[in-house]
Amino acid sequence: MSLIEVRAPGLLTTVQDFGREGFGPMGVSASGAADPVALRVGNRLVGNAEGAAGLEMTLIGGSFLFRERTVVALAGSDFGATLDDKRFEVWSSIEVQPGQTLRMGPTRSGARCYLCVRGGIDVKLFLGSASTHLLSGLGGFEGRALRKGDVLKIGSAGGTFRTFRKASVAAKAMACLAPRKILRVTAGPQSDWFSPESQKAFYTGSYFVAEESNRMGLRLEGAAIAAASSGEMISEGVSLGGVQIPASGLPIILFVEQQTTGGYPKIANVISADLASLGQLKPRDEIRFVPAELETARTLLAEQEKWLASKELILA
Amino acid sequence: MGYTFAAMGTSASGRAHFRIASDQALIVYFDAPAKKSRSKAPPLQIAAESHEQVRRLLRLMELEPIPGLRNLHPAYCSLLIKFDAMKLRHAELEEILRGYMGRMKKVELPEPQVVEIPVCYGGEFGPDLKDVAELRGMTDAAAIELHSSRTYLVYFLGFAPGFAYLGDVPEQLATPRLTTPRRSVPAGSVGIAGRQTGVYPISTPGGWRLLGRTPVAMFRPEKAEMSLLRIGDRVRFVPISPEKFAKLKLENA
Repeated sequence: MSLIEVRAPGLLTTVQDFGREGFGPMGVSASGAADPVALRVGNRLVGNAEGAAGLEMTLIGGSFLFRERTVVALAGSDFGATLDDKRFEVWSSIEVQPGQTLRMGPTRSGARCYLCVRGGIDVKLFLGSASTHLLSGLGGFEGRALRKGDVLKIGSAGGTFRTFRKASVAAKAMACLAPRKILRVTAGPQSDWFSPESQKAFYTGSYFVAEESNRMGLRLEGAAIAAASSGEMISEGVSLGGVQIPASGLPIILFVEQQTTGGYPKIANVISADLASLGQLKPRDEIRFVPAELETARTLLAEQEKWLASKELILA
Repeated sequence: MGYTFAAMGTSASGRAHFRIASDQALIVYFDAPAKKSRSKAPPLQIAAESHEQVRRLLRLMELEPIPGLRNLHPAYCSLLIKFDAMKLRHAELEEILRGYMGRMKKVELPEPQVVEIPVCYGGEFGPDLKDVAELRGMTDAAAIELHSSRTYLVYFLGFAPGFAYLGDVPEQLATPRLTTPRRSVPAGSVGIAGRQTGVYPISTPGGWRLLGRTPVAMFRPEKAEMSLLRIGDRVRFVPISPEKFAKLKLENA
C-alpha cells in the first residue's frame, strides 16, 4: 500500500473532493474544494478522475514524504514547492521516487494550492464524499485538518484521462486559470430590498477580504450597505456564493462550508464560473462586484466547462 | 430564453412564488414573503399550511427525483433547489415544479415521530436563562415551565448538520438573539431566538440565548438515521436535574 507521511501540515491542510451534495434537508452543506477548478486540473495532470480526493493547502503549504513511487501534481496558487530541493512548478505533475519529500512554503499568489496524487487520497467516505467539513468535524481525514505525523493512504482510483509521468498545463490555458478579483454576480433573491443608492454603493465600492474569513464564509470590509428596507426576514435556504448583508452592512459571501439556511437578505450571488476564484482570495485582497445577467452567467460556465474538458488543456 | 421576475409574476399556481437565488439555484416560496416582510411581520408567524406545502413538495421530490438536481434546502415556507446549470434552466425547473405542485395534495407525508428531549436548564448549561427570565419579567422556574410546556414542530433542519428549527416558543418567553454571538456554543445547548428554539448538535459559534443543555446526541454520523429529528417531527423538552444529565451523558457516551 502506498503512503504519504505528513512531515509538516502547513497552516490548514484538508482532504477535499467535490463535496457531498444532496444532504441539505439534514442541514449538511456540501463542503468540497474551495477552488474546484484547480482540483480538477490537478487530477487531470496525474490522470485521475476529476473529482478524486486531493489535499487542499491554505496560505502556507506543508511537507510530504512519499514512501513509494507515484505521480503527483500541484494546482492552484504558487506555494514555492520543491521536490528534494529542486523547484517544482505549480500546474504541473512529476514522478516522485520513494523517500522523496515535497516541500511547500507560504503562498506567492492566492490562498490555495492542491496536491493531487495518482490514485487519489484514500479516506473513508462520509455520505459519499472524501471532503472534510471542518466546522462539524466530519469527513476527510478524521474530520480535521492534517497534523504532523499523519500518514495518508493513496487510493487506486482510476481515471478517464491518460496518465503521464510528467505533464503541465498548456500556456494558453493559464489566462483562464487566473483567479478573478472582479467577481461577476447575478441579483440575489432579496436584491429588491436594497435601495438604488445601496446597490450603487455595492457595485462601485471596493471590498477587502477580512482576516476572519474561512471556508464557511468570506467576510468583507469596505462600504457598509444600508440595511434592507425591512430588518428581519424569514430564514430560507441559501446558495453557494450568496452575498448576504447582515445588520452591520458588511457583506459576507457564503462559501463551501456554508450554513444551509440563513436569515439575512442576499443582495447578489457570485456566478458559478467565478466560484473557484473565491477559493483563491486571501485576507486583505481587494475585490469588486460587477452585475451579470443570468444568461451571461450560464454562457461563462459553459465556456469554462468546455476548456476544462478540452484535450489541449494538458501538455504531456 | 429570458427568465425574468415579471414573467414569473403572471403565472398562478396556488400561492407559490419563484425567485432566482443564483445561476444554479431557484427558490419556491409558499407565501408572499416579500410582501410580508416589508410589512414587518414578525419572522415566525408561519402559516402551518405553507410549511406543510414545503414538506409535501420536498417529499414528492425525494420520491420522484428530478434529473439534474443537486440539493434541496427546505425552510419555514420556502424550498431552495440547487441544480446543474448545464442540465437545467430556471424556467424548465419551474415548469417541472408546477407539475409537481399540481400533484402535491396526494402525497403522503411520513408519520411524525414525537421525540422527548431531556434538558438540564440553567446554571452553567443555560447561561442565558436568568437574563431571559428577567427580560420577560418572570422567575427562572416560570421560564423553564413555559419552554417545556409546548410540543414544538420541527420546521426544518438547517444552519449546521442536525440543527432543527423548532417553533413556536410561547409569546411570553420570546427573546431576541444576543447582540454579540458567542464564539463557541457547546454541543447540546438548547437556545431560543425570538419564537424559535433549537438544540446545537455540534459546537459552533452562535447567537441564540441558551436556556439549558441536553445530554442526547442530535447528530450521529455513525447511525443510518443520522439526525435525531426530521422535518415535521414533534418535540417536547423534559426538564432534568444535573445528576440525571450526568447519568444520561454517560449512557449516551
